[in-house]
Amino acid sequence: MKNTLVNKASTFCMTAVLAFSSVMLPSMVSADDAVIDNAPQVSTLRGTAPLNAEVTPPIIEMVENNDLKRQRDYPQQPPTIPHDISKYQLDKNFNKCMDCHSRKLADEAQAPAVSVTHYMNRDGEFLGEVSPRRYFCTQCHVHQLESKPLVENIFVDVDELIKQSNARDKK
Amino acid sequence: MKKIINLLKLGWTILSKPAVHLSLGFLTISGFIAGVIFWGGFNTAMELTNTEEFCTSCHEMRDNPFMELQTTIHYSNRSGVRAICSDCHVPHNWTDKIARKMQASKEVWGKIFGTIDTREKFEGHRLQLAQNEWTRLKANDSLECRNCHQFDSMDFTRQSKRAAAQHSSALANGEKTCIDCHKGIAHKLPNMEGVREGTSPH
Repeated sequence: MKNTLVNKASTFCMTAVLAFSSVMLPSMVSADDAVIDNAPQVSTLRGTAPLNAEVTPPIIEMVENNDLKRQRDYPQQPPTIPHDISKYQLDKNFNKCMDCHSRKLADEAQAPAVSVTHYMNRDGEFLGEVSPRRYFCTQCHVHQLESKPLVENIFVDVDELIKQSNARDKK
Repeated sequence: MKKIINLLKLGWTILSKPAVHLSLGFLTISGFIAGVIFWGGFNTAMELTNTEEFCTSCHEMRDNPFMELQTTIHYSNRSGVRAICSDCHVPHNWTDKIARKMQASKEVWGKIFGTIDTREKFEGHRLQLAQNEWTRLKANDSLECRNCHQFDSMDFTRQSKRAAAQHSSALANGEKTCIDCHKGIAHKLPNMEGVREGTSPH
C-alpha cells in the first residue's frame, strides 16, 4: 500500500514536471510545425525541420529574476526557481546551486536550504550529504519565463476541488 | 681552453678601445636604429604569442579550454565584444607580462613532454591548472578582470538584487575580489570536492 502511494506520488511529480517543461519551452515549436495534415504530430525541439536544414534558434526569453517565492500549486510541487540560472554549472564535477542552497551556506546567502527530503535515500534513511538521486536540481526545480502560456491552463487547485465537492454534498 | 681565453681577451681589447675608422655619429645613429629594430622586433614577436591563433595552434588548448570558452559570454554575446585568451591570462602591464612569459616556459616544457596531450591527462591536471590561475588572480586583485570590468563603472541598479548586494558590500570593501565568486565562468570547473566552497560568494 505504502509503495503504491509513493509510486503514485512520483508519477504525479513527473507528470507535473513534464507539464511544466512544456510550458517552459515555448516558441521552440511553432504552430505550423505542430500541425501537418491537420493531425497533431510529436516533434523534437528542432520542430519538424529536416536534419540537413539549419533552424533559426528562438530568441532567448526573459527569465524571472525577482527572488520572490511563488505559491505552489499543489503540496508536492517542487518550488520554482525565482532567479536566473543560465550558465550555472551542474554536473558530476560541480553543483553551483549548492553554493547558496546547501545547509552550510544558506544562512549567509539567505537562500532556502534544500529540505531534509533531499538527504533521504529511497528507503527513507537520512544521509550525511545530499542524496545522489536529488543531486541534479533542475530535474524537478525549474526557472520561469516571463512569457505568455502557449495553451490555456485548466489546472484546478485542490482547495477549489474540495470546495466544489463540499458544495455538491450540501445540495 | 687557452684558445677560448685568448679569443675573449682579443674581444675585450677591441671593445675597450675607441673606434678608429667609424665616426661617433655613425655609431650613435646605427646603435639607435638597431635598438629600435631589436626592441620593436622583440615586442612584436611577444605580441604574436598573445593572439588567439597562437594560443589555439596546439591541440591541447584548442580542444579543451578553447572549446569551453566558445559557449560562454566572453566569446560571443549581444554586444560583440570578445575577450581572447591573453586578455585574461596575460597581464597587460609590460613588466608583469615579461614575468608571466618567463613562467610560460614551463608550459613549453609541458608541450614538449606531453603533460596534457590527451583529454584524460588534461582532466587529471584540471584542478591544478585552475588553481594556478585562481591563485594568480587572487594575488593581483583580479587585475585581468578589472582591465575591462571597472568597479567604478558598475551600475548597481542595473544588476539583479543579489548581484548588487554582493558587489556593494564584499567587493566594495575589498574583502573579496572578482575571482572569489566568479570561478568557472570561461571554462568548466574541475571536480571541486575538497574546494567545495570554492565559488561561493560567502
